[in-house]
Amino acid sequence: MTTTMMKKLTGLAAGLAVAAFSAQAMARDLSIVSWGGAYQDAQKKIYFEPLKAAGVALTDESWDGGIGVLRAKIEGGQTPWDVVQVESEELVLGCEEGLFEKLDFAKIGGKDAYLPAAVHDCGVGAIVYNFVLGYDKDKLKDKAPTGWADFFDTKTFPGKRGLRQGPKTTLEIALMADGVAPADVYKVLATPEGVDRAFKKLDEIKAEIVWWKAGAQPPQLLAAGEVVMTSVYNGRIDAANKEGRHFGIVWNGSLYTIDSWVIMKGSPNVDAAYKFLAFVGKPENQAKLPLAIAYGVTNPAASPLIPAERLKELPTDPANLGVSIELSTAFWIENVDRLTERFNKWAAK
Amino acid sequence: MGSEVTATPQTTASRGDTVASRALLRQLRRAERRRQWGAFALVAPLVLFLIVAMVLPIGDMLRRAVDDPEIADVLPQVTRAFDDWTDHGQLPPDSVFAALAADMASARAAGTLPIAARRLNYAVDGGRSLLVNSARRLPETAPNWRDTLIAADPRWGELDVWAALYQARGPLTDFFLLAAIDMQRDAQGDLTATPADRAIYRDVLARTFEIAGAVTLLCLLLGFPVAYLLANLPPRRSNLLMILVLLPFWTSLLVRTAAWVVLLQENGLVNQVMMMLGVTEAPVRLVYNRIGVYIAMTHVLLPFMILPIYSVMRGISPVYRKAALSLGATPTTAFLRVYLPQTLPGLAAGVLLVFIMALGYYITPALIGGAGDQMVSYFIAFYTTDTVNWGMAAALGAVLLSATLLLYWVYNRLVGGGVRLG
Repeated sequence: MTTTMMKKLTGLAAGLAVAAFSAQAMARDLSIVSWGGAYQDAQKKIYFEPLKAAGVALTDESWDGGIGVLRAKIEGGQTPWDVVQVESEELVLGCEEGLFEKLDFAKIGGKDAYLPAAVHDCGVGAIVYNFVLGYDKDKLKDKAPTGWADFFDTKTFPGKRGLRQGPKTTLEIALMADGVAPADVYKVLATPEGVDRAFKKLDEIKAEIVWWKAGAQPPQLLAAGEVVMTSVYNGRIDAANKEGRHFGIVWNGSLYTIDSWVIMKGSPNVDAAYKFLAFVGKPENQAKLPLAIAYGVTNPAASPLIPAERLKELPTDPANLGVSIELSTAFWIENVDRLTERFNKWAAK
Repeated sequence: MGSEVTATPQTTASRGDTVASRALLRQLRRAERRRQWGAFALVAPLVLFLIVAMVLPIGDMLRRAVDDPEIADVLPQVTRAFDDWTDHGQLPPDSVFAALAADMASARAAGTLPIAARRLNYAVDGGRSLLVNSARRLPETAPNWRDTLIAADPRWGELDVWAALYQARGPLTDFFLLAAIDMQRDAQGDLTATPADRAIYRDVLARTFEIAGAVTLLCLLLGFPVAYLLANLPPRRSNLLMILVLLPFWTSLLVRTAAWVVLLQENGLVNQVMMMLGVTEAPVRLVYNRIGVYIAMTHVLLPFMILPIYSVMRGISPVYRKAALSLGATPTTAFLRVYLPQTLPGLAAGVLLVFIMALGYYITPALIGGAGDQMVSYFIAFYTTDTVNWGMAAALGAVLLSATLLLYWVYNRLVGGGVRLG
């Protein structure tokens, strides 16, 4: 008797679960996934709330990235996420593996409406952000650094340096400091001699380097006086200055990259997802984001709507964009495993 | 248990007694069985929990270290065609080239090619683009696939590339386990050492054991006197001291680690005090290096050393040492030859506990250490979350696990089986 009852109960529970699941899958709010923190707060205010007010039912979640997470969502069948903001590597890998819907740009204003680098088969750029050289203006009053060569010049600028722990961005910076023209960085880095050259350059200041891992660390290192210069995300410098610091940014030789919006494969809310993407792609909406956080927009038509003063602080300002290079996603997808091994080996010596 | 009861009654008892004793026996057995089931039912949740939480995940991890399905799944024809390749000193026969071309076309259509490309990239520099780009360049038909493939990318004419593909044909592989101890197979399948600029994991493993060993030693040197004091002070004062030991013990690991970063940095309290006392002239570098890792890890793990030693010391009767003293032993001799041996079980438990916990440390070295102070778990985390290379993560885990078990076995031999874990 107990077993039959158990069976009935299990059946009932399973039935209910399936019913609830399919009902949820059929009529679920649009679910948008971004990177949390101050950034997502800004997005909430500028993108999510107005859309909700306009009648698009949506919920937002945050995540910490990782292609494995996206794979698991797709392999699990009906994905609970519709629109996700991904980093460039996840965009390329996920698109190759068929985790995302191919985008129809006609529905979101056409490809020409966006920066060329923000257009991809599976994604549309959300923000542009930069790895820049950040320094403490209070510490370097007399003479400010102007590029990565100064970063490696510990005679003129004594003190420790902060760099991201890992080969990505570090090797590019070393090559630029060694005199490689920004446009040639990846060409040089693709050769074994180029890699040797980058590590040899890093040897010069190895003892002075403090390695950071999370984006919040470099401004802290600057604030605590642990380092006088560091590689850092430009938005973090902006945020620190808003809190009363006097940090400077050197755009020269900085590395920019783009985060993109993608629609998860098999999403039941594709129409609503396009509505969202069209809304966040519009210049008048994009123009509001940089005021909240100093990241660049992907629709060039938004720039005239941003106050000129603010524009100069963004990665997308022509003066800034002109002296920076795009972080090569293709190069790092191919080489991150090998160069990380090499980097770890070098760093431990 | 039942056999002890059955042995006696039948020989000596009369017929009536035998019937009665049989009934009694049955009852006894039933009671025994019930008790056994009861005992089993009591431990069942724990057993189930251990299976679900320990045995299955560890088993799965070990499986992933040797599991290599990608190439076989995505490129099935070439995996079969490899049977034709007999002389591994030369490029494979045409049939293998043709099979690869056919596989690449169908995998590209199915969108599964990147999975194989990722796997090939582990073994061959630029393996990802080699597979993806040549698949893009291949025509639909070709008179000779060997020439066509080599024309698409000259690297298909290299023996190393084919050897890597062959070695990745699955379903099982030793590739990841070998890589985790800085070994690899060459084109002929013979074991060779990984080139020096990429060999890293032996160093990492040695570093892991070095840090764990040093932290254990520091904990022992600091913890033993504290435990002794705790065990021998009058209760009122020892309780106060105990709180001082337990308070940090109850604080979150992350909070304590972050606090050490603040204390140890260049303008931190520790450096300021040292400069005030004239110990140093300029700030000493105490964080983002090995010194910081030792300080913070010792602080975090110290209670795990103090508590087992303390619990053993509490149980040591003072009369033995008094007897030794009254028989003419010097205090040092009495301590070394009478007291210390009695604390050995606590020492052994503390040392083992701290050492094994230290081996798996991740957060503290990651936050306080520099690039050269990262232990094995850092690399396991890197492969799981950053590059999603489960094979490598599992292989490193397996190597760490076997090294730990080996060490535990040696340790047990040395200490003489005095302590058992679990």
